Amino acid sequence: MVDLSTDYLGLKLKSPVVVSSTPLSDSSDNVQRMEDHGAAAVVLSSLFEEQLDLESRALDRNLTRGTESFAEALTYLPDYDEYRATQDAYLAHLVQVKNLVAIPVLASINGVTPSGWVKFAQDVESAGADALELNTYSLAINPTIPGKEIEKQLVELVRRVRQSIKIPLAVKLSPQFTSIPNLAAQLDAAGANSLVLFNRFYQPDFDIEALDVMPRLAFSRSDELLLRLHWIAILYGNVKADLAVTGGVHTADDVVKGIMAGAKVAMIASELHQGGIDQLQEIHDRLTQWMEEHEYASFDTMRGALSRRSIPDASPFERGNYIKTLSSYTLRQ
Amino acid sequence: MNNRETVILDANEAVASVAYRLSEVVAIYPITPSSPMAEWADQWKEEGKPNIWGSLPVVAELQSEGGAAGALHGALQAGAQSTTFTCSQGLLLMIPNMYKIAGELTSGVMHVTARALATHALSIFGDHSDVMSCRTTGYAMLCSNSVQEAADMALIAHVASLETRIPFLHFFDGFRTSHEVNKIIPITDEDIRAVLDDKFVIEARERALSPDRPILRGTAQNPDVFFQAREAANVYYNAAPDIVQNVMDRFAKQTGRQYKSFDYFGAPDAERVIILMGSSAGAAEEAITYLMSQGEKVGVLKVRLFRPWDISHFLRALPKTVSKISVLDRTKDPGCVGEPLYQDVMTAVSEGLSEGTHPVIVGGRYGLSSKEFTPAMVVGVFEELKKFKPKNHFTVGIEDDVTFTSLPYDADFSTEDPKTIRALFYGLGSDGTVGANKNSIKIIGQQTDNYAQGYFVYDSKKSGSITTSHLRFGPKPISSTYLITKANFVACHQFSFLEKVDVLECAAPGAVFLLNSHYGPEEVWNHLPLKTQKTIIDKKLQFYVIDGYLVAGKTGMGNRINTIMQTCFFAISGVLPRDEAIEHIKKAIKKTYGKRGDAVVAKNFAAVDGALAELHQVKVPTAADASFDIQPAISSDAPEFVRNVLGTIAAGHGDSLPVSALPAGGTFPTGTAQYEKRNIAQEIPVWDQDLCIQCGKCVMVCPHAVIRSKVFDPSYAKLAPATLKAVKPKWKGMENDLYTLQVAPEDCTGCRLCVEVCPAKSKSEPKHKALNMAPQVPLRETERENWKFFESLPTVNRDVLNHNQVKDVQLLDPLFEFSGACSGCGETPYVKLLTQLFGDRLYIANATGCSSIYGGNLPTTPYTVNKQGRGPTWSNSLFEDNAEFGMGMRLAVDQQDTFAKNMLTRMLPVIGEELGGAILAADQSTEPGINAQRERIAKLKGELSKIDSQDARNLASAADALVRKSVWILGGDGWAYDIGFGGLDHVLASGQNINVLVLDTEVYSNTGGQMSKSTPRGAVAKFAAGGKQNSKKDLAMEAVSYGSVYVARVAMGANDTHTIKAFQEAEAHNGPSIIIAYSHCIAHGYDITYGLDQQKAAVQSGYWPLMRYNPSLRDTGKNPFQLDSKAPSIPFKEYAYHEARYTMLVRSHPEMAKDLLREAQDDVERNWRVYSARAAMPGRGETPNVAPPEKEGAVTPLGQGGKA
Repeated sequence: MVDLSTDYLGLKLKSPVVVSSTPLSDSSDNVQRMEDHGAAAVVLSSLFEEQLDLESRALDRNLTRGTESFAEALTYLPDYDEYRATQDAYLAHLVQVKNLVAIPVLASINGVTPSGWVKFAQDVESAGADALELNTYSLAINPTIPGKEIEKQLVELVRRVRQSIKIPLAVKLSPQFTSIPNLAAQLDAAGANSLVLFNRFYQPDFDIEALDVMPRLAFSRSDELLLRLHWIAILYGNVKADLAVTGGVHTADDVVKGIMAGAKVAMIASELHQGGIDQLQEIHDRLTQWMEEHEYASFDTMRGALSRRSIPDASPFERGNYIKTLSSYTLRQ
Repeated sequence: MNNRETVILDANEAVASVAYRLSEVVAIYPITPSSPMAEWADQWKEEGKPNIWGSLPVVAELQSEGGAAGALHGALQAGAQSTTFTCSQGLLLMIPNMYKIAGELTSGVMHVTARALATHALSIFGDHSDVMSCRTTGYAMLCSNSVQEAADMALIAHVASLETRIPFLHFFDGFRTSHEVNKIIPITDEDIRAVLDDKFVIEARERALSPDRPILRGTAQNPDVFFQAREAANVYYNAAPDIVQNVMDRFAKQTGRQYKSFDYFGAPDAERVIILMGSSAGAAEEAITYLMSQGEKVGVLKVRLFRPWDISHFLRALPKTVSKISVLDRTKDPGCVGEPLYQDVMTAVSEGLSEGTHPVIVGGRYGLSSKEFTPAMVVGVFEELKKFKPKNHFTVGIEDDVTFTSLPYDADFSTEDPKTIRALFYGLGSDGTVGANKNSIKIIGQQTDNYAQGYFVYDSKKSGSITTSHLRFGPKPISSTYLITKANFVACHQFSFLEKVDVLECAAPGAVFLLNSHYGPEEVWNHLPLKTQKTIIDKKLQFYVIDGYLVAGKTGMGNRINTIMQTCFFAISGVLPRDEAIEHIKKAIKKTYGKRGDAVVAKNFAAVDGALAELHQVKVPTAADASFDIQPAISSDAPEFVRNVLGTIAAGHGDSLPVSALPAGGTFPTGTAQYEKRNIAQEIPVWDQDLCIQCGKCVMVCPHAVIRSKVFDPSYAKLAPATLKAVKPKWKGMENDLYTLQVAPEDCTGCRLCVEVCPAKSKSEPKHKALNMAPQVPLRETERENWKFFESLPTVNRDVLNHNQVKDVQLLDPLFEFSGACSGCGETPYVKLLTQLFGDRLYIANATGCSSIYGGNLPTTPYTVNKQGRGPTWSNSLFEDNAEFGMGMRLAVDQQDTFAKNMLTRMLPVIGEELGGAILAADQSTEPGINAQRERIAKLKGELSKIDSQDARNLASAADALVRKSVWILGGDGWAYDIGFGGLDHVLASGQNINVLVLDTEVYSNTGGQMSKSTPRGAVAKFAAGGKQNSKKDLAMEAVSYGSVYVARVAMGANDTHTIKAFQEAEAHNGPSIIIAYSHCIAHGYDITYGLDQQKAAVQSGYWPLMRYNPSLRDTGKNPFQLDSKAPSIPFKEYAYHEARYTMLVRSHPEMAKDLLREAQDDVERNWRVYSARAAMPGRGETPNVAPPEKEGAVTPLGQGGKA
């Protein structure tokens, strides 16, 4: 009998398969089904600070537009005593989900201002989140801000959030940093309990007929996993924080790869959108089967087995791998 | 003031608060200026606020005031404490029920914001014409004179009604009192409890209908007993005045505020007394206080209980010493002996004073439609009374140079208390000035011992409107019920106002002047008009500038400079210490905006903090040296009447026009909006002629007809300004001409709809289109010249154009231009299209509402004429009767046509068969046919002018009727779906050749977004704050049910060609037709720059299926029902959730929003099944009870058990 259990962020999980932050979990029913089909934990969808700001400003604009201009219509819409903001709805959903399922529930927030991060972090802690995942996805489009400054701000934010809450803190990173190991070390020192690699960069698509640029959400593919495996394998053993792989995890094999690279958990979302929530059950079953076939009793023996420090020849993770790949490609010509 | 807590509010809120707490049923219907009372009641109900007996009142909107009165009557009969709010024509609709309610001796109160009645013109402003029409209904009538009194009298009215069994009409002056913000002591629940004895409530309940103790009320009576039974009510009326006084006395015991049914103020030994009712009492008291200080023996008798009029109470209140009385009526009763109050006083005096010498009594009119009534006028009236034979039936406040009724007065006389700070603010509707001032009043009124008053004057335009805020603060209660004319503080929040408004006209010497200016303290002087410079120097004003928009931009406030200007006001007015003021402003921001989210509070805080750094005092030079001055509002090339009369109104000096300047009967010329250059757009569209594909879409959607195209002969190009752009036209047969697209730079409102709709993008930089917005100021001069040239170009020959094609139709002259509608209005493009297609033979009957306001509000009007002098003729009767009004026009047109034909037939031997016969047999089904007929008629008139006979003169006067006319009935959904529906339905069933255009915004837009039966399920609206629970009425299908009515549902933004086709088919249909036009509206809660996208989304979602039902297709064996849009391709949510009217419900009632969204989606799908099944019927396919043939997977109509 294999033991699928693992610990992540100090939480005891029944397996390493965690549902990544996805709008699917905006429905409590879906979260219940995720648990029923074997999810070890669920990260709720991200609460975006900008969205709250935009909503607040939009509400203000919509309530004031056209008002106090014309004697017969001093306002156009009824005004209420109070408005339920998205963060209230988010927290209410969190409480509801916590009451519904036994598996750990992680909140996810994406902030912009230091005060925004800290406030929401405390709110989700009070609402009963088992842990918090900081989604640090942002776009550096300002040419006057150097990369170092961006890293500094990020580390400072993590430090401040860490100090403001007691629950475990995961930090979800984007791959677009120059020195990921150095940043990881800084975040480790700032108190991050886990590093989640990597966020996916949502690229808009071009409509060449209408000469327009359209937002497009593409689901991840298994080949995106390679980038994640690469960096987890490099970081494994060099940081205190747990590692989690996300982006491109679609199959039990992908989970195994993630753990062999050094991750505690593998996070999955696109597969559930495409194949349904019950895919979790299939992955769970296949994972058990694979471990039995390969005689792994638990993940402890497997974890990090293919990390940079564990393999006899580390060159595939280094520049040599690049050269090797290129030359083998040339040879095949 | 005693130690009781005070509040700052207007009379509407104060009265509604009392009425709501004393009611179990509130029947409502919107009408200005009473609507806010109904809105408050609806909001409190939504918030779960109980009445005085602990239950939640029912608040129900009816389809009209007539409906509200019926519901009120029913609720009272069935034993519920009930109320309603109304005024003006709405009150008139209640009169039939008022007779019933009073005749049945039923307790119940209605609260009325007294307003002018529509006579020669509509007016939304205050006078007593409406309440005076109710004198004979049997209602008791109680008048209050101020915000405080309105709150107090509301309670007194409810209690007195219960105790007297007589229904009460409590009234106060519309706008002056209803909308004046003042510091008052509110009526608490304890006050109500102390004055109200529930015994009378129980008695009222016991008198009500109940099957448990059945009664019958409302019999028909015969000559034998009706009279006696009517007289049986006398005892109640006889007892009422004493009961009312008793309630007033009990009220005084509880609150310390003593009222009398006739209240006297002034010298106890007064010789001259004026008698009046309403807010004018404030001005009268001020004048009398002054005159008494000068030793004059004068006084005012304020009538509170107008009905039942009690002679003994009246005479007791009148000083015995009085020898001359002037009775002032705020109403006009044409052809009467004297106005109502005058007549009552005359009768009361002659009946009551049986002995001794009677005083001399004269009567006069004042203050119609909120005309200012000032202490100066009161002094004028008292001066007149000094004369041996004072003028009777006079007017005061106007100059009557026709029948010479007016009294002279010294306009400069002022009684303003020097301790009162008077501040005047000129703002733009959209910049938040009024809202900020309302907050300032609250800050000063509530955080200091000062009293505070605010009154706000709005523009009649809905775009680029100027607001004027009149604020008074001081240590004594403020009862000045007139506008400020001597201000200690003047703020101009928009630099561009200086060009056209003399904002310093009312500045007192030494006043502070605050100007929002992008020019700094060093350079601003050189940009001021000469008169402004002179005033600053002559009146020794302290002059400050702030770059409000700079601060607003930096702090994310956009175009809202309210907080910034408010901060500057406090910083330099000295009303409060600066730091203290800023602390209070921030508190007020938190209170006002806190519920909208942290980001909004944060940006306002930033605006406060950023304001002072940009505030600078200007060192005023010693001499004025500007080379330009304030410009007249109307251009100098306008016709004399437009220049002198309309121009005076446009400049804000309409009060100075004498009676002789104004046409009797309310008739005005059309085509006057072109002379009022408003220059309100910050940016205007600029044409890139190389990219343009000449599709005409921009011209079609422009709500203000400011972007137009023409094709012209190249020979004209020689005369064109150098900057005029023109290219080769993309029309067959016009290749040798030139095409130009021109913007009227000074009329554009900058709405951007044209840019949004433009399909032509640059291939290398797609954000650059064939139309792009650019700042107006640098373009103004050149584009003005280009526009002038453009206007001088001949119009394209209509006969060579295809009137079914957008591209061609947009070369037709619009005969509706430059209206004051909202920037980006969704209604006006349809109205404009109507005038392009049929304008030169168009009658318009217009229901009251947005379209009558932008269509016919002075000073200038947008309907205009073509080069031949023909154009739409337009009239507005009322709100409820518009369909019938239009049908009357049709009947008259047809009758005159018949008359002319008869006359012509009779005169054929004289006129000759060739011409006469051709006229009688003319085919006018096409425009060339109509034009040919016009030529024949011209010839006919020429012939007739040579004949000297009565028949010839008669035929000549009626001959134009022989040219085919088009009668259109226009109105919004409030009219078509609710108040006018009965009439509309009748007219559609009449078979008459009339056309109806419903400008469907899905709410009562003009009165501020109240729910109509067109409001969609799930949207919030006033009176549906919890989201509309049921689906929108399908007016199209109701009309289709007749089978003989042409019906179309259109959305220009989704399919403009379809819209044109529908207009053409409707007009061609020889019978009734109705077009229901999706009109995006500011009341939907989004930036209507994107209105056309929303129209498209409404159609794509299936919410607004485009359809036409053309009965004439049946003649050719075809199905008359045509579905013109594709099956839904996006969910309803994707359309709806771009609009705050839907998303607000998510924020306020999330669960309800979810349920209603699901049901709304079901509505869409269900309707689509019905529509598509109907459209799929084969051939004539009109046998309604036969289902279409079942196909595998086909949709099945409702009721056939199908499911999509």
